[in-house]
Amino acid sequence: MRPFRYHRPADVAEAVAVLAAEPEAAYLAGGTNLVDLMKLGVQRPDLLVDVTRLPLDAVEELPDGGLRIGATVRNSDLAAHPAVRRDYPVLARALLDAASGQLRNLATTGGNLLQRTRCVYFQDTGKACNKREPGTGCAARHGQNRDLAVLDWSDLCVATHPSDLAVALAALDAVVEVHEPDGPRDVPLAALHRSPGEHPERETTLERGTLITAVRLPALPAARHSTYRKVRDRASFAFAVGSVAAVLDLDGDVVRDVRLAYGAVAHRPWRAYRAEEELRGRPFSPELAARAADAELAEARPLRHNGFKLPLTRAITVRTLTELAEGARS
Amino acid sequence: MQGGPEQETTTDERHSSRVAFEVNDARRELTLDNRTTLLDTLRERLGLIGAKKGCDHGQCGSCTVLLDGRRVKSCLILAVTLDGRSVVTVEGLAGPDELSPLQAAFVAHDAFQCGYCTPGQICSARGMLDEVARGWPSAVTGDLTAPAELTDAEIRERMAGNLCRCAAYPHIVAAVRETATTR
Ligand code: FES
Ligand code: FES
Repeated sequence: MRPFRYHRPADVAEAVAVLAAEPEAAYLAGGTNLVDLMKLGVQRPDLLVDVTRLPLDAVEELPDGGLRIGATVRNSDLAAHPAVRRDYPVLARALLDAASGQLRNLATTGGNLLQRTRCVYFQDTGKACNKREPGTGCAARHGQNRDLAVLDWSDLCVATHPSDLAVALAALDAVVEVHEPDGPRDVPLAALHRSPGEHPERETTLERGTLITAVRLPALPAARHSTYRKVRDRASFAFAVGSVAAVLDLDGDVVRDVRLAYGAVAHRPWRAYRAEEELRGRPFSPELAARAADAELAEARPLRHNGFKLPLTRAITVRTLTELAEGARS
Repeated sequence: MQGGPEQETTTDERHSSRVAFEVNDARRELTLDNRTTLLDTLRERLGLIGAKKGCDHGQCGSCTVLLDGRRVKSCLILAVTLDGRSVVTVEGLAGPDELSPLQAAFVAHDAFQCGYCTPGQICSARGMLDEVARGWPSAVTGDLTAPAELTDAEIRERMAGNLCRCAAYPHIVAAVRETATTR
C-alpha cells in the first residue's frame, strides 16, 4: 500500500478545501470498500481526509413527510430507523440485503453511493481495465462477464454498479445533497451516476473533491407498499446478480403509480421508466408486469455469459409486483 | 486469497500518527504507520492475537471485534481513525479465568473444530445479540415494524458475515440460540 497522510477536517468546508488543494487525496468514510481497494493497489491516495466525525450522522423527519439522511449515517442505523422501516420498506430491505452485519455497522450512506464496481478485472491490477487505468482496454468485455452489464455498456467498459441502496434510492426519487468547492448543490439520484461511454473512469457527475453531505427522500405515501428483491449466488452476504426495487400504488385493480429500479444490470442503478410507463393506468396483472419488464429490457445487449440476466430480471419484476399487488388487495 | 502488492516502506513521519484509544478497558497510546489496520495493531503491536486474519478483505469475519459496542471487521479499519474510541476483543469479553456465557455455550455445543473462526464468531454473536435487543430487523424479518424474534433463520442470516471452513454452523447456531434464550 502506498504511504499516505491522514487528516480529520473540522467541518465540511475545510474537507472540501483540502480535497481541492490535494490532487491525490481521497475522502475516507466507512472504509469498507476504499481500504480494501488500497490494499489491492487499485486506489492509491496520498492523503486520506476522514469525514466520519463531521456532524453528518442524523436522520431527520422533514415537515413535508420526507426524510433527510446524513451522509455518514451507517447502513445499519438507517435500516433500523423507525421511519425507514415504516415509510420506506424498500430502503430498509435493500440495506438489510447488502453485505453483512459487521460491514453495515461501518458503511455509510454517502460511501455506499460512491463505492466502486466489484468487476474482478477492475479489482486486479494485473488485468487491463479502462476504468482503473484509461486506455489499457477492457479484459471483461470478452472475459468472464457473467456478473456484468446487460444495459447501456460501452466497448470500453461493461462494469455494473454494486450498490443495493442506490437502487432503492433511484426508485424513491431521492435527491443527493453535495458540497462542491463553490458551495452546496442538489443532485437528483438519477443524475448522480454516469453511463460508461468514452470515460468509464468517471463514475459520477460530481466534480472531483465534491462531498456528499446528505440524501433527501421526498414524501411518498405509496412507498409504504414497497419492497426490494435481490437474487445472489448464496443466501446471504453476496452482491446481486439481479435485483429490483418496487413501489406499487393500486386504485382498485388499476396501477395508479409505480416506481421500479433494477440493480446489477448497468453501470448505474437503473430506473425502469419504460416499464413504469407500461404499467401506469392499466389494470394490474402478472402478464402486464412481464410486458413492462420486456419493454424495459428491449434494448439490452447481453454479453457472452450473462444472457440469463434478462429472464431473471423479468421474473423478479413479475414476482415482486405481483406480491405487492396481492398485499395491497388483502 | 489474493495478496496485496508489496508494501512500500516509509520512514516519513508525515505518514505516521500518534493514536490513543481504549482496548479492553485499558488506555493504549502508540505511534502507527497510517496504513496499519486495527487487526494488525491488535495482533502485532498489542499482543492480542484472539482476532484472526482470515482474508484481510472483509469477507470472512474472523477478525471481528467490538468498536464502541458494535461488531465490525478490524481488517478494514485503519487504526489511525480510532482516536478516543473503544475496542473490545475476544480477550476482553470475560476475565482471564472465566468464560462469558457465549464462550461457555460454544464449548458446551462443540461450536468449532479448528477454532480459527471462533473468536470472530463469538464477538460477532455478542454484537448481534445486542442488535436484536435494540430491535434491529434483518433481511429475513417478515414484519419490519415488529420486534424481531430470534429464530434459527434469523441467527443464520445475522451471522452470515462469519464464515467457518470447518462448517460448524449447526453448532454455532445452537450455541447462539442457547445464549439468547438463557441470558
Ligand atoms: S480477516 Fe477481516 S473479514 Fe476476513
Ligand atoms: S472452527 Fe475451523 S474455521 Fe470455524
